Formats: sequence, C-alpha cells, structure tokens
Amino acid sequence: MPTQEQPSEVLRQFCRGEIEAFESLFRQHQGEVYRWILRMVRDPAIAEDLTVETFWRIYKSHARFDPTRSFEAWARRIGSNAALDHLRSKPRETELPDEMPQAPQPDPGISQELRRKTAQAFERLPPKLRIAATLALIEEQPYAEVAGALGISTGAVKLRVFRALRVLRKHLRRQGIEP
Amino acid sequence: MTTDNDEDRIARLLKQSLPPMGTQPGAKLQRDLWPAMLRRLDESSTAVPWFDWALLVAVVAWLAMFPQAIPVLLYHL
Repeated sequence: MPTQEQPSEVLRQFCRGEIEAFESLFRQHQGEVYRWILRMVRDPAIAEDLTVETFWRIYKSHARFDPTRSFEAWARRIGSNAALDHLRSKPRETELPDEMPQAPQPDPGISQELRRKTAQAFERLPPKLRIAATLALIEEQPYAEVAGALGISTGAVKLRVFRALRVLRKHLRRQGIEP
Repeated sequence: MTTDNDEDRIARLLKQSLPPMGTQPGAKLQRDLWPAMLRRLDESSTAVPWFDWALLVAVVAWLAMFPQAIPVLLYHL
C-alpha cells in the first residue's frame, strides 16, 4: 500500500533535480537498496554496481517521482528492475563458488552435492521466477513487500513462486534427484 | 500436479542450498558508494546521446548524396 504523506523538503528538492537533495537521499538509502539487491543477485560486488545503476536510474527519473509517495518503495522497485535486467543479461549456467555458504541450521540429511545441484538447478530458472522465489522463500520477505518491489500483485508473486518450485522439481528429476 | 508436501520439501531443500543473503555478515554495505555515483554522473554528462550520433550520420549521408547542398547549408549556419 503506497503511503500518502507530507513530502519532505528534500524530496521536493530532489524532484526539481537538485544534486544536494539527491546526495542526501543516496546517503540515506544506499545501504537499504544495496541489501535488497544483494538478496536478489547474491553477489556483493554486483550488488554494489547495481546499487549505483539503480540510483542513476532514480536520478534520471527525478521529475517522474511523486514526493507524496515512499522514496524507499520507489527505489526498491527500480532496484528490482535493475537486478532483473542483470539476471536476464548474464548466462544461466554460472559457476558456483567452491565454498557454498552454509544454511543457518544445516540439515545433516542433505549432502553438499545435493545442495550444489539444487543451487545449480535454481540458477537455470527464468529470472522472473527466480527473483520471486529468492525473495519470498529464501529471504523470507513478506509477499506484499515482494509484490510491491516487483510491481505485481500478491497473487502473481505466489503463482511465480509455485511455478519456480515446479520447474525446479522438474530440473532436479531430470538429474535423477527425487526431492 | 505438485502437492503441498512436495512444495514444502523443495522449498526446504532450496533454503538449505541457498541460505539467505540478507542475514549473512556481508549483507551490510562495506563502503560509501557516493564516489562511484559521482563518477557515473560525470560519465553520463560527457557522453553523447545516440540520437546525436544518428543525426550526424544522417547529415553526412545527405551531404554525400547531394553535395550541391553544402553551400546552402553553410549559408544557413
């Protein structure tokens, strides 16, 4: 739900294209935008580049921003689009690092090899499905928040997550893995 | 058709395979990105938009096809 609030002076100045206001918003929101993008692309260096790309897109669109709306939600939406563009442009088959990050509570019943194959199969999913599943399932972000960031309805997020799991299961079965 | 149980199992397997990045130690931005942002802003202000290049190509092509138009163009400049 977009917030309708009294626009702050810095947001009004940003709408007029004032660089000082943009710098202030950048410094205030860069960490949050970076973390949101990191959740989707899972690589700190790429997330940094995409954060700059996101703010570049934000700066270019300053005249289109409605200062009565939430800047953070708008930035998150633009960041999600930048991440989606990145995932679309990179090859689906990417090498995974040798040292896979450990789950907070690793299940001893799931081998390292199975984890690796699952991660590889997940990398092959279409970016739209992958982003929805990453944010909703892996990062456990509320569906409404994911929907807002992707510019789709909550129902559409659920559908994408469902389809992602179905395609993932198909990929794993093709490798002889019965999840 | 995938059952709820299947879905839950795959979701669990996925979470075990790809732990959340938002809670990892590196999830916090390690440096200020403003200098990189300034560089990006500088690059874009010096870059010539593609349509300017397209216009230049069109003018050169036009002059190559109709060289008699060059004096007229110079007169109007």
